[in-house]
Amino acid sequence: MEELKLKAKQLLAAGTVKVVIGYGTGTGDVRRPVFVRSADKVDDLVFDGSCTQNLATYLTKVEVRAMGRMAIVAVPSTLRSILQLAAEKQLREENVLALAMLDGSMKELAAFDAIEETVATIPDAISATDQAMMDKLTAMSVGERRAFWAAELNRCVKCYACRSSCPMCYCERCTMDCNRPQWIPVASHGIGNLEYHMVRAMHLAGRCVQCGTCGAACPIGIPVHLLTFFAEGTVRRQFGQKGGGSAKLDYAMSTFKPDDKEEFIR
Amino acid sequence: MAEQFEPKLTAFVCNWCTYAGADLTGTSRIKYQSNVRVIRLPCTGRIDFMMVLKAFSRGSDGVIISGCHPNDCHYTSGNYHARRRWMVFRDLLDFVGIDLNRITFSWVSAAEGAKWAELVNETTNRVRELGPYQEIQQLAAVGIE
Repeated sequence: MEELKLKAKQLLAAGTVKVVIGYGTGTGDVRRPVFVRSADKVDDLVFDGSCTQNLATYLTKVEVRAMGRMAIVAVPSTLRSILQLAAEKQLREENVLALAMLDGSMKELAAFDAIEETVATIPDAISATDQAMMDKLTAMSVGERRAFWAAELNRCVKCYACRSSCPMCYCERCTMDCNRPQWIPVASHGIGNLEYHMVRAMHLAGRCVQCGTCGAACPIGIPVHLLTFFAEGTVRRQFGQKGGGSAKLDYAMSTFKPDDKEEFIR
Repeated sequence: MAEQFEPKLTAFVCNWCTYAGADLTGTSRIKYQSNVRVIRLPCTGRIDFMMVLKAFSRGSDGVIISGCHPNDCHYTSGNYHARRRWMVFRDLLDFVGIDLNRITFSWVSAAEGAKWAELVNETTNRVRELGPYQEIQQLAAVGIE
C-alpha cells in the first residue's frame, strides 16, 4: 500500500497523471472510490482485501475524463475491463495508466500490450460461491429456474445500480431509457424486470469480464451478475472468444463464422 | 366436453425466404392450422431478441422464428448474425426458465411451402399439448400498461 501511495504521489507531483482513481475508506469495511487529484491527498488511498469493486466504470465518465490523464488502481478484473474498453475504442493508451495490485505488490502498466501480457498470466475463474450458485441453477429443472428468477426479479426495484456500476455499460443513450418504442417498462414489475435483466445480459454477452460488480452493487442482493456470467459463458463456450482478453479482439456478437455450429435450427 | 385450447402463435419471418415460402404454401393450396400470426420483417438479422420476449408477454403461447438458409441471405450475412444471436439468446432463455418447447427456430426457403405447413402444424400441436403459457401471462398481467 505504501508503494501505491508513493507511486501516486510521484505521478501527481510530476503531472504525469491528473487524477488517481483508487479506493478509500467508507462506512465500516466498505471501500468506496476516491479520486485523488493532488500529491498531498494520496493518504486517502487504501488497498486491502475489501477492494473488490471494478473501478474501470469511472474511466468512461465525462466528468472524470475532463480531469486529464487518469491512473487507476486496478484489480485483475479492472485490467480486463481496460482491455475490453480499448477493444471497443472507448479508451486510448495515452489516457490511462494502470496501477495493478497483484499478489500484494504494485505493478505499473502503461501499454495495452503489457496489460494483455499480465492478464494472460492471471487465472480467469469466477468465485467459488458464484460457481456453486451457477451449478445449482443449471442442475435445476426449467420450471424451478423460472420460479427462482421470478422470485428474485420480483424484488428488483429498477434502481439501475447494476447498469451504473458496470464498466461496459457506457452508452450515453441506453436502450432502457428509450421510450419510442418503449422496450423496457419504466415501472418495476415481474415481466418488465425479467425483460430488463435479459437485455442487460444479452448486451453484455461477449463483453463481460465477469467481475461481479453488478451483483455487488445490487442494494437488495439479487444475484444479477449470474445472468451476465451465464451469457458470457455461453459465448465463450460456443465461439471460443471472451470479453477482456485483448485490446484488439472483435466483439463476438457483431461478427459470425459461416460454420457456427448449432443443433436447434430445423 | 370442454372446448379444446387453441394456442396463439407468433411467427417472425424474413421477407425474402420464409414469407415467400409461406406464400407458396397458400398458392400450392396446402392447408395448415390457422393459429399462427405472421410478422414479416426484412431479414432475420432484424429480429431483435426483445421481440420474442414481447410476443410472450403480450399473450403468445408459442413463437416461430424463420428465415433464409445460411448462404441464402438477401443481405449476404443477416442470417449468420441472427444465428449467433439465437445461439446465445436461446441458452439464456433456458437459464431464466422460459420453456424452449414453445419456440421453434427454422430455415424455410421460398421454395419450401410444404416445410412451412409442416413447421406450423408441428409447432401448433406441440404448444397445444403444453397448454396456455400461464407462467408468463400471469407475470405479464401485472405489467402491461
